[in-house]
Amino acid sequence: MEMSQYLEVFIEESKEHLQNCNERLLDLEKNPSDLSIVNDIFRSAHTLKGMSATMGYEDLASLTHQMENVLDAIRNQKISVTPETLDVVFEATDDLEAMVFSIADGGDGKRDVATVVEKLKLIEKGESPAVSQGAKEVAATLAPDAPRALKGEYDEFEYTVLQQSIEQGFQTYEITIALREDCLLKAARVFMLFEVIEQLGEVIKSTPSVDQLEEEQFDQEFTVTIVSKEPMADIQKKVMKVSEVDRVDIYPLSIEQLRPTAETISESIKQEVILTEEEKIEEPAQQEEQKKQISVKQASNKTIRVNIERLDILMNLFEELVIDRGRLEQISRDLNNSELHETVERMSRISGDLQNIILNMRMVPVETVFNRFPRMVRQLARDLGKKINLEIVGAETELDRTVIDEIGDPLVHLIRNALDHGVETPEVRRAKGKSEEGTVILKAFHSGNHVFIELSDDGAGINRERVLNKALKNGIITEQTAATLTDKQVYELIFASGFSTAEKISDVSGRGVGLDVVKNTIESLGGTVSIDSKEGEGSVFSVQLPLTLSIISVMLVEIQKEKYAIPLSSIIETAIVKKEDILNAHNQKVIDFRGKVVPLLFLKDIFEVPVFEEEDEFFSVIIVRKGDKMAGLVVDSFIGQQEVVLKSLGNYLTNVFAISGATILGDGQVALIVDCNALIK
Amino acid sequence: MSETSVADLKLIIFQLKGKEYAIPVSKVRSIEKVQHITRVPSSSHFVKGVINLRGVVTPIIDLRSRFGIEEEVYSDSTRVIIVTLEDMEVGLIVDAANDVLDVQTEAIEPQPEVVGSEETNYISGVVKVDKRLMILLDLEMVLNREEVKATQGIEG
Repeated sequence: MEMSQYLEVFIEESKEHLQNCNERLLDLEKNPSDLSIVNDIFRSAHTLKGMSATMGYEDLASLTHQMENVLDAIRNQKISVTPETLDVVFEATDDLEAMVFSIADGGDGKRDVATVVEKLKLIEKGESPAVSQGAKEVAATLAPDAPRALKGEYDEFEYTVLQQSIEQGFQTYEITIALREDCLLKAARVFMLFEVIEQLGEVIKSTPSVDQLEEEQFDQEFTVTIVSKEPMADIQKKVMKVSEVDRVDIYPLSIEQLRPTAETISESIKQEVILTEEEKIEEPAQQEEQKKQISVKQASNKTIRVNIERLDILMNLFEELVIDRGRLEQISRDLNNSELHETVERMSRISGDLQNIILNMRMVPVETVFNRFPRMVRQLARDLGKKINLEIVGAETELDRTVIDEIGDPLVHLIRNALDHGVETPEVRRAKGKSEEGTVILKAFHSGNHVFIELSDDGAGINRERVLNKALKNGIITEQTAATLTDKQVYELIFASGFSTAEKISDVSGRGVGLDVVKNTIESLGGTVSIDSKEGEGSVFSVQLPLTLSIISVMLVEIQKEKYAIPLSSIIETAIVKKEDILNAHNQKVIDFRGKVVPLLFLKDIFEVPVFEEEDEFFSVIIVRKGDKMAGLVVDSFIGQQEVVLKSLGNYLTNVFAISGATILGDGQVALIVDCNALIK
Repeated sequence: MSETSVADLKLIIFQLKGKEYAIPVSKVRSIEKVQHITRVPSSSHFVKGVINLRGVVTPIIDLRSRFGIEEEVYSDSTRVIIVTLEDMEVGLIVDAANDVLDVQTEAIEPQPEVVGSEETNYISGVVKVDKRLMILLDLEMVLNREEVKATQGIEG
């Protein structure tokens, strides 16, 4: 019960750590010898393990533990990094991910991980029996309050701080302080000791932890690691001055003692020489600088997690404010009072800034979607027997949360497509004189009010003839139109439903459903997708998306006394049509619009609008499209174009026909937003 | 059941065609005056539309037509009771809402066995305080979404 309040944080952080594991594992695969990457992964796994054990998810903790053992063995160079090893580690990460997601969905996070654990154990043992000893050491690291881990166990952060301090000419000491056995108020004594020690230098770590010390959860002895410039003897003396202290042992630490594994002895000697040299040049000012550096490091990237619902509430309230602002503006114009006028104007400006900030708060870097792709590409490339290098550019580009949530699947489809159909196998590539490794570039950037996501590959490109033949065979186009199509139009054909050019159907793609789903999804988001390609050189899929889904441009129209909003993204143009120009075809009223027969839909009939006025000689028609189909929506009058905030109708009214949502107009009234896609079949 | 049973339940009392109804106050978010309602096409007959409730688009149900009572033009006393149920927030149009009562659970009796008018389906009990008789609404039945969907389905 107590844990439930931390659950959300736990899940979020676990996901972050797993993501980090995934990313760093991919890096590791590229640079198998870079041990700093292993340390990174180890740290993430370690944190994850600690958290899950605290939260009581034993399975999660034990699998992470097993994974750590392998990582530790790699770190200590007892196992070399091979794709096979990484496969298993990836598999373990997948299982961990599944467990975290199960917890997120309210499950118990249990999962049968015996096989993976077995594999991990095999890897761990496969190399040398010494590994298991290494594993035990890890176990000790993991439980810092266990007695044998009392000295010299530091996590990555502490290690970095210590390392930096040493580099800047500080000395690091490990002070073990024993209190007298008859000491009564141990916690108070500890507090006094810390007071003294903190004057001498910076406390990096204490074992047991400060919290435990304050709760007197220790016997008589505890150890503190500090960085300081004071000589060792002085520190000892000063600490001894605190009464009821039995004994003070102080040892200087060197960087190699902190981590005695990777570095060679010669290096350590070299570093010690540097250290002593640096000690000589030390200045008092450095100490300040050092302190600052440490605090800066801790302070960087200060963020808080805010539930998106709260932001929505904030946004709603803000919109109310905007409506009142409109009224105030009206009143101040009517009263013609200059002071009131000024105040209202000022308020308008400020609320404009406020609106920008609120909108920006909902923006999320596209990275959150992109970061799962390297992993996917790696797997796919292995499955397909291709060599592929994925480059990601502009991952920091920001998009509205609502778009981010939707864009993942279409991109997955596109990437699968590029890998399966775009990039050739190494043999083919060699035969064509290209490098064996194909390059796929995923690029995101802002342009105007849109975000572009481009996926380019240096693969085979699109073969016009093959696409045409296929389209003809599947009855998507006719012979006549085939000849008139431009290259670009031909490429667009692969987005048609029921189209698949891969000669053999594979698991990855090629069921012919992928790309038309992509197109539909992106269009339903108010975006577009286009292709450019050069045969033999590769293709570029370009996806254009609106910055946000919560604000859309609409055309406001009036139907009798009701107001409706039609998204501009689906409007081609507006027209005024004379009554005589309307033709009848099979009980369907149509108009001739630029040489095309366009069916007319009378919105007042579809929406059963109560009629107050009789119809005019002229009809106001909005030509809308869905894909390449068109329709004319007949309304009574156009009010104008406006940017509106999209809102849902709530959970009670779901699936209202041809209505995609609602918005609140300047006068505080609700206007419904027409879903043109539902109107055109 | 000890001292807490003195005031077990706080109820909002409202009127519909002369009769008194009750909803637990815990389900009520606010009580509003009738404001501009935007009609939502092809929804159930008792769904009057949506209103702007401080920036949130909120659907509105006319309880009279929900219960099969003839509708009336909204007057000054007409109120919209905003209720929440699970993840839904819905406004109920009632003739008037002007009372809050504390009742003990013992005062709530199961609904009398009467066959007939549609509203009996939405009753979870009857509250008797002194000589007043109030009908306790079963909000889950009133806001039953399955029914909303079933009565929707008008093709455009």
